[in-house]
Amino acid sequence: MNHAQQVDIELIVNHEKINCRVPVRVNLVDFLRNELGLTGSHVGCEQGVCGACTVEVDGTMVRGCLMLAAQADGSTVNTIEGFAESGRAGHLQQAFATHNALQCGFCTPGMLASALEYLEQGGVADRAAIRQHISGNYCRCTGYQAIVDAIEEVAGQTETTDGQ
Amino acid sequence: MANKNAPLHLFDRPNSYIGQSVPRPEAHNLLAGRGQYVDDLQLPRMLHAAFLRSPYAHADILTIDTTAAADSAGVVAVYSGADFADQVTPWVGELTHLTGLRSPPQMPLAIDTATWQGEPVAMVVASSRALAEDACALIDVQYQPREAVCDPVAALLPESPVIHSEYKNNLAWERDVTAGDVEPAFADPANTVVEQVLRFGRHTGVTLEPRSSVVEFNPAEQTLTYHYSGQAPHMMQAVLAKHMQLPEENIRIIARDVGGSFGIKIHTYGDDIATALAARLLARPVKFIADRLESFASDIHARDHHIKARLAVTSDGTIAALQMYDYTGIGPYSMYPRTSAIECNQILNLTGAPYKIENYHANGKVVFQNKNMMCQYRAVGHPVAMAVADSLLEQAAREIKMDVVEIRRRNLIEDNAYPVVSATGMKFADLSHQQALERLVELMQYEKLRKQQSTANENSIRTGIGLVSMVEVTNPSPMFYGIGGAPISAQDGATVRMDAAGALHVSCSITEQGQGTNTIIAQVAAGVFGVDIKRVKVTTGDTATTPYGGGTWASRGAGIGGEAVLLAADALKQQVLEVAAIVLQSNADSLDISQGNVIDKSDSAQRMSLDELGKLVYYRGSELPAEVQPEFVATRHFRVSDFPFVFTNGAMAAQVEVDTDTGIVKVLDFWVVEDCGRVINPKLVDEQIRGGVVQGIGGALFEECLYSDDGQLLNATMADYLVPMAGEMPDIHIAHIETPTSTSTLGAKGAGEAGTGGAPAAILNAINDALAPLGASIHTMPATPERILQALGEVPT
Ligand code: FES
Ligand code: FES
Repeated sequence: MNHAQQVDIELIVNHEKINCRVPVRVNLVDFLRNELGLTGSHVGCEQGVCGACTVEVDGTMVRGCLMLAAQADGSTVNTIEGFAESGRAGHLQQAFATHNALQCGFCTPGMLASALEYLEQGGVADRAAIRQHISGNYCRCTGYQAIVDAIEEVAGQTETTDGQ
Repeated sequence: MANKNAPLHLFDRPNSYIGQSVPRPEAHNLLAGRGQYVDDLQLPRMLHAAFLRSPYAHADILTIDTTAAADSAGVVAVYSGADFADQVTPWVGELTHLTGLRSPPQMPLAIDTATWQGEPVAMVVASSRALAEDACALIDVQYQPREAVCDPVAALLPESPVIHSEYKNNLAWERDVTAGDVEPAFADPANTVVEQVLRFGRHTGVTLEPRSSVVEFNPAEQTLTYHYSGQAPHMMQAVLAKHMQLPEENIRIIARDVGGSFGIKIHTYGDDIATALAARLLARPVKFIADRLESFASDIHARDHHIKARLAVTSDGTIAALQMYDYTGIGPYSMYPRTSAIECNQILNLTGAPYKIENYHANGKVVFQNKNMMCQYRAVGHPVAMAVADSLLEQAAREIKMDVVEIRRRNLIEDNAYPVVSATGMKFADLSHQQALERLVELMQYEKLRKQQSTANENSIRTGIGLVSMVEVTNPSPMFYGIGGAPISAQDGATVRMDAAGALHVSCSITEQGQGTNTIIAQVAAGVFGVDIKRVKVTTGDTATTPYGGGTWASRGAGIGGEAVLLAADALKQQVLEVAAIVLQSNADSLDISQGNVIDKSDSAQRMSLDELGKLVYYRGSELPAEVQPEFVATRHFRVSDFPFVFTNGAMAAQVEVDTDTGIVKVLDFWVVEDCGRVINPKLVDEQIRGGVVQGIGGALFEECLYSDDGQLLNATMADYLVPMAGEMPDIHIAHIETPTSTSTLGAKGAGEAGTGGAPAAILNAINDALAPLGASIHTMPATPERILQALGEVPT
């Protein structure tokens, strides 16, 4: 395959319709960052281990470094910028800030995406389960405890609301 | 009852935020994906760099053919080492106060000989990183491999090849420390002597944001702007100025959001310097972002110590002597400008430092080898020093059948003994080892845990408890680096000014990598001056707009930068009160500032708002007497002068579970008692400690840069190099003792490295506590399942 080869893709990113021509070898996170300027998604390892590039594609949280931009043709993609603007992660953002669940912030967009996935899949305020769920997201700064505290708090609130 | 009119203590004033867990204002930005890291920058006409790195640990470079690469799509320039030879002066990682330390000159790219696998050999600059990497693959380098020197002990044997032909052997530095006389204590048959060989593998920082540089050069003005992901902007400015031969004032270093650093990003890397050189040669912005493979292969590594140590105790558990021999491999050069001898030096200084030890002997040998360079990473030397002393101490306790808490009680320096000078000449003041130990015992419910342990260990799962008592070097004075000739400032400065709306603007030379530096600056300024913290705007990380200073490293930000902010805010307050006194026809001494208002000290009556005062001064200056020219800006600097360092102390404990069938260690619980002096923001301090503990657990159990015998790094991916993830980490319980340092008004010591410094010893001790009934022990970090099974004799070594 000629790596200079390009393809046209059409997708929806954070509720906005995007038409673009991309080199076939560009991965999704590089495309989002470099072509669309959505620099909230980060690149930490480029091999699916660190979780810094986690974004939502058609309702599933995926590693933006393990998927080609070309594969996202026709998809609906949401990134941290989208979660923040739509208010979908508002409760989590607040809890992360309160618990200081971020230091340098580099892991944070991916961590929030995984936390959002946990909560939206009905995850409960169970520390071990939360730890398990975010075990694909590396954070060098926090030691994880404050992140678990933040997710636990929001999960607890959600449980209470559901119970009413 | 206290007189309600008595002046409030600085830290009890209405706007004092000292001691409060103020949330970090920038958190919301980062949580919305609006951080601004170096790789987020896209500049007009920006180019991208990629490096071809040596595949050999040691090889002569015969030829480099860049023809095909230069013709490759998108390529603007290809450089080899020779192309930069007249663009930059070499740098040498030596410090004069580390007498005898030697290291050959270094250049950005290898010339003639490559001395570690991963050393940059050639550079491609192209319109995208992908195209630059394509072209790297087309560079044809002919190498003549040479024997790699990897093991630091073997590297000093007479038959070892010598890496640098200008030297007769591979020794970079040696230091010997003697206090008292150890021999009689070891010879005394009444004493119990324990002896161990301890090994500390190499690990590295694994900052999630890799090393990142974007450099712009303006040829007309000969100015260079370096967008920097690091900790010490003024040091970087001085390094670039010196070696690119530009006036220092023509260089601007800007650090915006930094995705973690931990000491990794504070050094001089050839690829970063090459990026700056390319930007100057091409007069276009050049970006270099290390990928993860490059991070593992070229970010500095840490530790790599081979230690033989012995400890003698009397029958009542009193330490009679401690002796240690340390061999440490630092790669082929000493890193610049902090050098690679500091870790060994710290180990010699700090081993056994919490204890009363009269007879001490330590020898350290810092050795060149053909591996990636080793240098200062979080808690420099501390994990090694603490693990050596405290693992021997716990082993001695077991041998004389004394409880590990009791043996510490007998040997820790008493809390009322300070100031104390240690056997190695360290000056200690304001420490609380005994109190910290007692607080720890209470926090972890030590007695109860021990009882549970004695009934629990029946099957293949064994539990163990391990402790550590520790010191941490913080708030260094110029004695650390500056005295040795490094362009590293030990002082920091802060400028505080008041604007026309009565808000404060603080710029300070310490830097933010997520610790909460900017928040504590705002807390201190708001409280000392007397405004709501929302009215304080903080600037850090820009050499063009902040006073000169060292930055954030060696747990110095809050203690040194915080004090500079305190002094500047107080000076500004005096200025403002003097002008307010003229306007109000009052006396400055009778006025105060609170909640953004000038008030009467006596009854807190509000006299005028700072907003009114600001407007009067800046817009209607004609209302002031002609001779009154308000400044409303004050700059103050601070350095520690009476002590080389301000030490902190702490005590930690781990409870682990060792599966003797699989060798897997599970950390069940972890406790920390820390005395970092005055706590400015408890939440931020606790999170520094937790993050540090987890990095320490990583080093103790998982993390190791594995090399083959011929110097090939074997696990340079995040899938192969294990880091702590959420699932296997415990919750960490923290308590504080606050013994403010008497070296400053603020009283804050550092807290950033304690966790990483102490946790490995506590973990190692806990594992050995679990293994002891089986007659096994381990003294190698990381204590991987394989090594645990080897220690148990289950698998061959
Ligand atoms: S960058 Fe995608 S998982 Fe690390
Ligand atoms: S906050 Fe720095 S990596 Fe998580």
